[in-house]
Amino acid sequence: MNDSEKAGLPESPMSRRRALGVAAGLVGGAVLTGTTLDAMTQVPTAKVPGAMPAGGAAVVSAPAAPLPVAPPDASMIPGIASGPLSTRSPFEMPALTPVGITTGSSLTPLQHIAGTITPSDLHFQRHHNGIAVIDPHRYALTVHGLVDRPLVFSLEQLKRFPAMTRTCFVECSGNGRSAFRAPKREMTPQQVDGLTSNSEWTGVSVAALLKEAGVQHGATWVLAEGGDAARLSRSVPMDKMLDDAFIAYAQNGEPLRMPNGYPARLLLPGYEGNMCVKWIRRLEAIDQPNMSRDETAKYTDPLANGTARQFSFTMDAKSIITSPAYPTRLTGPGWWPVTGLAWTGRGRIERVDVSTDGGRTWTEAELSNPVLSRAHTRFEHMWKWDGRPAQLMSRAIDETGYVQPTLQTYRDTRGAGTDYHFNAIRTWLVEQDGSVYFGG
Amino acid sequence: MRTTWAGVVLVASVAIAGCRIESKEEFAGVPAAARATRLPDRLELGVAATPVGIASIDIDANPAGAGLPAGEGTHAQGIPIYAQKCASCHGAKGEGLATYPKLVSPDTLAGFPFGKDASIPKTVGNYWPYATTVYDYVHRTMPFTAPGSLTPNETYALVAWLLAENRIVPMTAVMNASTLPKVQMPARRHFVIDDRTGGQPFR
Repeated sequence: MNDSEKAGLPESPMSRRRALGVAAGLVGGAVLTGTTLDAMTQVPTAKVPGAMPAGGAAVVSAPAAPLPVAPPDASMIPGIASGPLSTRSPFEMPALTPVGITTGSSLTPLQHIAGTITPSDLHFQRHHNGIAVIDPHRYALTVHGLVDRPLVFSLEQLKRFPAMTRTCFVECSGNGRSAFRAPKREMTPQQVDGLTSNSEWTGVSVAALLKEAGVQHGATWVLAEGGDAARLSRSVPMDKMLDDAFIAYAQNGEPLRMPNGYPARLLLPGYEGNMCVKWIRRLEAIDQPNMSRDETAKYTDPLANGTARQFSFTMDAKSIITSPAYPTRLTGPGWWPVTGLAWTGRGRIERVDVSTDGGRTWTEAELSNPVLSRAHTRFEHMWKWDGRPAQLMSRAIDETGYVQPTLQTYRDTRGAGTDYHFNAIRTWLVEQDGSVYFGG
Repeated sequence: MRTTWAGVVLVASVAIAGCRIESKEEFAGVPAAARATRLPDRLELGVAATPVGIASIDIDANPAGAGLPAGEGTHAQGIPIYAQKCASCHGAKGEGLATYPKLVSPDTLAGFPFGKDASIPKTVGNYWPYATTVYDYVHRTMPFTAPGSLTPNETYALVAWLLAENRIVPMTAVMNASTLPKVQMPARRHFVIDDRTGGQPFR
């Protein structure tokens, strides 16, 4: 039984409501009046299903596909035949936004994600010079540098190693930047923190590949390089490479999606997404960090004390409430699930606290089992709304005792100009009419 | 295919390591790392990488100068190359255009204030801690529409142009594999290595 079932509420209140709203428009809205299913209402202007309300960064709507006509009672007529690939119900149109990006980001619609796995086609994308198109038959991963036997592995050969499968999040360390720098009331969870996604990945451990090549004494780092037009390169500590790093060739049960690194990418559970090099073509064992642009000029954290923190690889504990959140609206007082995602690069989420009064009091939320290390963790807190203005917050605590900081603590400690690892507590403001807005 | 392979691994591990036969259920629950310990050190997969093959993709350069190729360039040689291949995005003087970043900021900033003010553009002159990174990155990624197309001489000339415009090296400096690693970047002393391991307090 998942959280939604436990709560007796639809799995994805907003999208379900939208779907039923559309259905109601087709078959006559009266049938739905008064049900719990229209309790959450999308506001205010989304006329096209899937359209994200304007506000913040550029917002792109999903293409308006023609909707099928749903019969008044699907149990009274035969259904339609199967096809080679199942597709989403045309009533459901989650979408990455913005799109058309070759250098920049397309964000995951966190508000449309149930449970913990991000559907592969909704995994966020961060590209540095477009999506590389790579023929899997010509793909090659070269392992060289301080090794006894420099080797080249084809994709087929990578798949001949013992496979490992694990679920972990990938988060861009710039996630949350616009919410920190330029918060707007009309920001969705997607716009606030949509640069994190969670998948079940399958691949081969980097340790196995390095063992095959024979790492030499003195090799303390490994340079990982992509085969995209940015030839993106990062230095990774050898300890991490030998611990839990892996080359993934599958995501959620099928080959990687092209924008996520097809046919193979590096994954470093808990480390910032930029280091999880997509379209990986080269691993070079080296004796010092390469000091590539993305580990010096970028992905370093300027601090208020006049320094810049380098090699801040691990993603700190963080959480965000994904519902209720803008643009949903609570249609009346009563019980509401306050649900969201929490994660930490330092192991397991120990606890998530939820506050409905702006941080004055906190209540421990329920965590969906199992809580996996370095993976998105779903939390939920059933809240009885009294119809008065409220401030919803979530606070993640991980197994090291790290506590997600308040925005004030974060800003005071890091400085207003800090550039990555934006993990302060997020606030959603519930107004008397049930409207919900981002509160920083 | 996985099932078949698992079976092969099981048989192989029994034959090679002499370990007891386990049920498939038990075996399926063993992590790949533990399974690997029952295998020989090497599976002898992969083919030998050739020096030519490696050289074709081994494009990185590090602060010690390893990886920097033969060749050289100066600010004067960089002027026409910059104008032709860089200025359309980064501006005639490296001032940045639209969404393309500013490259040149020769004025000294007091106290490395980036943590206090996000509006200050980070440039080669005021933020990049290693000069060799400029070679590595320009050669690796630029020009944006034809990455990897610059020759070593062109790249050295552009590096000399960037460092001289940022007043880090003299206008007459010659950049090559010997001189570039010796260039001291003013921002370097401001970088500190992350030493956090979780827990409290928030830092």
